[in-house]
Amino acid sequence: MNNSVTNTARLLGAGLRALLALTLVTGVIYPLVVTGIAQGLFHNKANGSEVKADGKVVGSSLIGQQGYSLDYFQPRPANGLGENSVNTQYKLILSGATNRSGDNPELIKWVKEAQAKVVKENSVSGYTVKPSQVPADAVTSSGSGLDPDISPAYADLQVHRVAQRNDLSVAEVQKLVDEHTEGRTLGFIGEPRVNVLELNIALKELTKDT
Amino acid sequence: MGPVPAGVLQLLALMAALALAYRPLGDHMAKVYSSDKHWRVEKWIYKGIGANPDTEMRWTAYLRGVLAFSVVGVLFLYLLQRLQGVLPGSLGFAAIDPDQAFNTAVSFVTNTNWQSYYGEQAMGHVVQTAGLAVQNFVSAAVGIAVAVALVRGFARSRTGELGNFWADLVRGVVRILVPVAFVAAIVLVACGAIQNFSGIHEVGQFVNGHSMGGSQQWNGGAVASQEAIKELGTNGGGYFNANSAHPFENPTPLSNLFEIFLILVIPFALTRTFGLMVGSVRQGYAILATMATIWLGFTALMMWTEFAHHGPAFDIAGGAYEGKEVRFGIGGSSIFATATTLTSTGAVNSFHSSFTGLGGGITMLGMMLGEIAPGGTGSGLYGMLIMAIIAVFIAGLMVGRTPEYLGKKIGTREIKLAACYILVTPALVLVFTAFAMALPTPANSMTNSGAHGFSEILYAYTSASNNNGSAFAGLNADTQWFNTTLGLCMLLGRFVPMVFVLALAGSLAEQKPVPATAGTLRTEKPLFTGLLVGAILIITGLTYFPALALGPLAEGLAS
Repeated sequence: MNNSVTNTARLLGAGLRALLALTLVTGVIYPLVVTGIAQGLFHNKANGSEVKADGKVVGSSLIGQQGYSLDYFQPRPANGLGENSVNTQYKLILSGATNRSGDNPELIKWVKEAQAKVVKENSVSGYTVKPSQVPADAVTSSGSGLDPDISPAYADLQVHRVAQRNDLSVAEVQKLVDEHTEGRTLGFIGEPRVNVLELNIALKELTKDT
Repeated sequence: MGPVPAGVLQLLALMAALALAYRPLGDHMAKVYSSDKHWRVEKWIYKGIGANPDTEMRWTAYLRGVLAFSVVGVLFLYLLQRLQGVLPGSLGFAAIDPDQAFNTAVSFVTNTNWQSYYGEQAMGHVVQTAGLAVQNFVSAAVGIAVAVALVRGFARSRTGELGNFWADLVRGVVRILVPVAFVAAIVLVACGAIQNFSGIHEVGQFVNGHSMGGSQQWNGGAVASQEAIKELGTNGGGYFNANSAHPFENPTPLSNLFEIFLILVIPFALTRTFGLMVGSVRQGYAILATMATIWLGFTALMMWTEFAHHGPAFDIAGGAYEGKEVRFGIGGSSIFATATTLTSTGAVNSFHSSFTGLGGGITMLGMMLGEIAPGGTGSGLYGMLIMAIIAVFIAGLMVGRTPEYLGKKIGTREIKLAACYILVTPALVLVFTAFAMALPTPANSMTNSGAHGFSEILYAYTSASNNNGSAFAGLNADTQWFNTTLGLCMLLGRFVPMVFVLALAGSLAEQKPVPATAGTLRTEKPLFTGLLVGAILIITGLTYFPALALGPLAEGLAS
């Protein structure tokens, strides 16, 4: 009996020492070395790909923002985004999805409302948007709630509205969208996309000049 | 090019990359577990442990090592979370509650990485980096070690010795996981994943261009280094709540394809390691072919149903884009979803609960197969070898002859152990799901109602018992009931099967080899691959069909 207790204790001791040694390798040395190299070689990316406008940091090109006025290009909905419920000394963005299924009544309502809103906001004099023209990404929430991109189709749909509200020509704004449309990587990886924050910063530059 | 051909091309590119890595990585791993040389850093670690890495262990000793190491791992991680409030370098985050800390500790030690917490608001740098990420490495290494012990059981004869657990553990970490994860982490940073130890980051917001009044706060963190091993070790626990859908974890289409590659590369390459160690690479190819057939079939089905987007909300929207990111698209999301549920990963780049009804069913079925195509690091290989034993046994019954596999007789003892193995997980999933549905309160955690609400609970127990970790995340799992029962499922679903695997390995290693004769089933031939695929689908299908019919099938057929 005594013997087996001693053996178990010895074994657990070996397990603990193994864990501590491997923690040193994988939990201390590994992340620190990766951080050192990342900070040295890819300083901006390792710190969150910050973008500036007027010399001030206005966000990350990777993190989508909500709350633009209609003068600007609109991002995707983010119904799954939340705020932190613990450690409330901070006001943290809580990434997340809605997790609603395709037959969920709430999701059906959200999609219908979003579609009607997109149609209404983007139908301006001389340009009418039909519900069937509204792309799926414009009426659904992304997985992270932080999707920085919209589809080129959704950006194109907003061109007339944005041009009119900023006293720009449709051609000028369309050119801006085209310049900010990124195709598939190597022609086949991922989907074509437009980064909303970068597009809106460029739009602001353009309106400043005129 | 349309999204469908682009998705198919991504799948082909992924297959090409996996094929390129298959031989070098498989050969390397075979060398790692066969070599009798120790690296200097390994010798230091052995000295620290106080273990002689050259001592051969019988299956009972090997198992004791696995269990002791895992028990200590759970306790250590539990304490780390409970003490977070007083740990330095933790952003001032509070300690984790006991039931959630238990659930999370078990979750990471069992390679499940089920998360009932929100990473960005709950876990500081120290717990993430020195606690959770460490288990990402070592739980993967434990899985590979157990698989290697089983392979040695086939390869060795007239001995009960299966190798040394401490040596297998340390070598897996030092020679395989750390080097690959290191390179992968740098690649991910180059794509845009963050890697820093900053505090909470407050920056202005663009909002209306002129008013810079708004601000947003986000966490810094050692994200890329954790992301790399999270995928490579088929762990899946996200740094952020949105997991690999979060742009800081998975910033570009290229990083997405690369992360899928990381998920699949070790489980597939282990079939080569297996072939080399049992002295016939063609046996490894037969297992590889089985895994690849199921994986490709599932991926094709997933792409079909997600592109077809049946479901009321998706019909109105014109596409199943809910819970998916624009940069990955339907193709990149579908490939990720099948890879993560056919392995024990459980990382997500899109949210399975918002997939089409059938798409959600495919993710569940992938886990229910036992995550063997190609499965988790190590656990995929040993799970598949158990199924191979079952398939050989069925074939043996058909021709009335004692079945053998790789020169070993599959006798009463072996088939009993294999049968016990395949019963553990279904028993956990179905019994716990039934209890959760019968009790009054667990159903309060559902976000969706009807068939999908049932699916949320079935998914949770399937994911926990198979050590996957993904979720139909509408389920509020941070309750005492779910934290506790899912924790138990993860523990039992990980270690009880391991007991049977190691016992089987011991029993096989003691046998003397049976010479192959004209009557021996040729297990390296396509016929056997076909038999194996059939056995896997039929056994799982019969076990889970009633439950699946109530959940995803009902939802999928209704829309």
